[in-house]
Amino acid sequence: MIRDPHDLQRYTASERANHWVTGICFILLALSGLSLFHPALFPLTMLFGGGTWTRILHPFIGVVMMLFFVVMFFRFQGLNRMREADWEWVKRAKEMVNGDDHNMPEMGKYNGGQKLLFWFLGVAMLVLFVSGIVIWRAYFSASFPIGVVRLGALLHAVFAALMIAAIIVHVYAAIWVRGTIRAMLYGTVTRAWAKQHHRAWYKQMTGK
Amino acid sequence: MALQSLDIAKRSATTTESPQARKTLEVAKLIDVSKCIGCKACQVACMQWNDLRDEVGTCAGTYDNPRDMTDQSWTVMRYAEVETEERGLEWLIRKDGCMHCEDPGCLKACPAPGAIIKYANGIVDFHQENCIGCGYCVSGCPFNVPRISQKDSKAYKCTLCSDRVAVGLEPACVKVCPTGSISFGSKVDMQELAAERVTELKERGFKNAGLYDPAGVGGTHVMYVLNHADKPALYSGLPADPTIAPTVTLWKSVAKPLAMAGMAAAALGGLFHYVMKGPNEVSKEIEAEVERELEGEK
Ligand code: HEM
Ligand code: SF4
Repeated sequence: MIRDPHDLQRYTASERANHWVTGICFILLALSGLSLFHPALFPLTMLFGGGTWTRILHPFIGVVMMLFFVVMFFRFQGLNRMREADWEWVKRAKEMVNGDDHNMPEMGKYNGGQKLLFWFLGVAMLVLFVSGIVIWRAYFSASFPIGVVRLGALLHAVFAALMIAAIIVHVYAAIWVRGTIRAMLYGTVTRAWAKQHHRAWYKQMTGK
Repeated sequence: MALQSLDIAKRSATTTESPQARKTLEVAKLIDVSKCIGCKACQVACMQWNDLRDEVGTCAGTYDNPRDMTDQSWTVMRYAEVETEERGLEWLIRKDGCMHCEDPGCLKACPAPGAIIKYANGIVDFHQENCIGCGYCVSGCPFNVPRISQKDSKAYKCTLCSDRVAVGLEPACVKVCPTGSISFGSKVDMQELAAERVTELKERGFKNAGLYDPAGVGGTHVMYVLNHADKPALYSGLPADPTIAPTVTLWKSVAKPLAMAGMAAAALGGLFHYVMKGPNEVSKEIEAEVERELEGEK
C-alpha cells in the first residue's frame, strides 16, 4: 500500500501494532480507572460489565499494557536521548504553541517535547505498575503494610491523572500537527512534513 | 445488609445530599472492658445471629481464637497480658470489631455508590450487593476492620446488628453478654453510663479509667470503658488517637478534585487551542521546496 513512493517510512508495521496495543490498553485503563476514581464517572463501569467486572479487569489490562509498553520503551529509548538542541526546542516551545515554528531548532526523529513526554511516560508507567500491584487487593495488598497500600492508592491516582493529561497532550499534538496521525496508521509521512517538523531526520533519511 | 427501615445519613461515592427530614436518635454500644471475663459469648452470638461459621483454626498458645477478624468473624476477643506499674500483671481483654465511626474512613475511601452506608442513628453498614471488592475500605479504616472474603471478594464487618436495631432489638452480642459488660442505647445514655462507671473505677484505684470515644474520627458508636484510658495501646494495640490517614485524605479530598479539574483543563485546553490557533499545517513553501528537490533528483 504505497501512497506515494517518495513518502518516508517512520514506523514499521510491528512498531505500529505495538503502539496500538499499548494505546488501546491505555484507553481501557483510563476509562475503568476513572470510573472508580470519581463518583461522577462511576457509570463508566457499565462499559466493562459493571463495578465488580471493572475492578477485576482493570489490573489485568494494566499488566498487558505494561508488557507492551516495556517493549515499546526499549525500541524507542535510544532515539529519545535529550540533546542540546532539544533543550533549546523546549525553551522555545511557547513560540511553537503560538503557531510560529520558523525559529525552532532543527529536530531529529523526535523533538524535545516528544522526548520529555517519552521519559515522563516511562516514569509514570513504572509508578502506576508498582503502585497498581500494591493496591491489587485480590492477590497482593495483604503482603504490604497498610501505610504502603494507602500511599500506593494515592500515587496511583495522582500518576494516573498526570498520565491521562500527558496523553491528552500527546494525542492533541498528533491531531494539531497535520499529517502526523498517518505515521501511526500507515507508517509513512510526507517529505514536506518531515522537512518542516523534523529537519535533521529528513536530511538523514533523504541525504538532502 | 440492605435495610429500608433505617434512615440514611451518608452514602459512599455519592456527591448529593442524603434525605434529612426525619431525625433519629444516635445509638451507641458501650463495651466495659473492666467487666469483661473473656467468655466469647458475644463472638458466638454474632456468628449465630448473622449465620456465620468460620473455619476451625489452630491454637497458638493464647485464648485468641480465631486469631483475627475474618469475613466470617466480625468480632473477636483479643487477650493481652500486660504488666502495669500500679497493678503488676493484668489480663486486658478487648472485644474488637467495627467502631462505627461518626466520620468513617471506610466510607470516605469507597468508590462504589451505596456500598457503604451510614445510617442516621450512627451505624455504619456494608451493603454487599453494591460492593465491587476493590478493598479501598481496608485502606480507609483507621481500626483495621473490614475483611474481604476470599470466596466472593465482598467486604464484611460488624453491622452493629442493624437488622435487629431496625426493629427495636439490641445487638446480639449485647443480649448475650453474661456480665453486662456490653450495653446498648442512645449515645448520650451510653456516655452517662460510662461516666458513672468511670467514677466507680477511679474510686477503686484505677485513676486513669476513662471512656474511649475518639474525637479524631468524630467519635464512635462503639465505645469502650477502659481502666487504663491513658494507654489504649495496652489493649492489643487500640490506637490512642485514630484519624483517617493523611494519605487517604490527600487521595480522596485533595487529589480527586484537583485531578478531575486538571484532566478537564487538558482536554478543553486542546480544543480551544485548535479553535483559536488553528492547525499546524505543512507550509506551502516547504512543499514547493520538496517538489523542487524531487525534480532535481530526476
Ligand atoms: C500498569 C499496570 C496497572 C495496574 C497493575 C493497575 C492496577 C490498579 C488497581 C489494582 C486498582 C484498584 C482498583 C482495582 O482493583 O481494579 C487501580 C485503580 C486505578 N487505576 Fe490502575 N493499574 C495499572 C495501570 C493504570 C494506568 C496506565 C492508568 C491510567 C490510565 C490507571 C488508572 C487507574 C485509576 C484512575 C484508578 C482509580 C484510582 C482511584 O480510585 O483513586 N491504572 N489500578
Ligand atoms: S471502624 Fe473502620 S470499618 Fe468501622 S466505621 Fe470506622 S472506618 Fe468504617
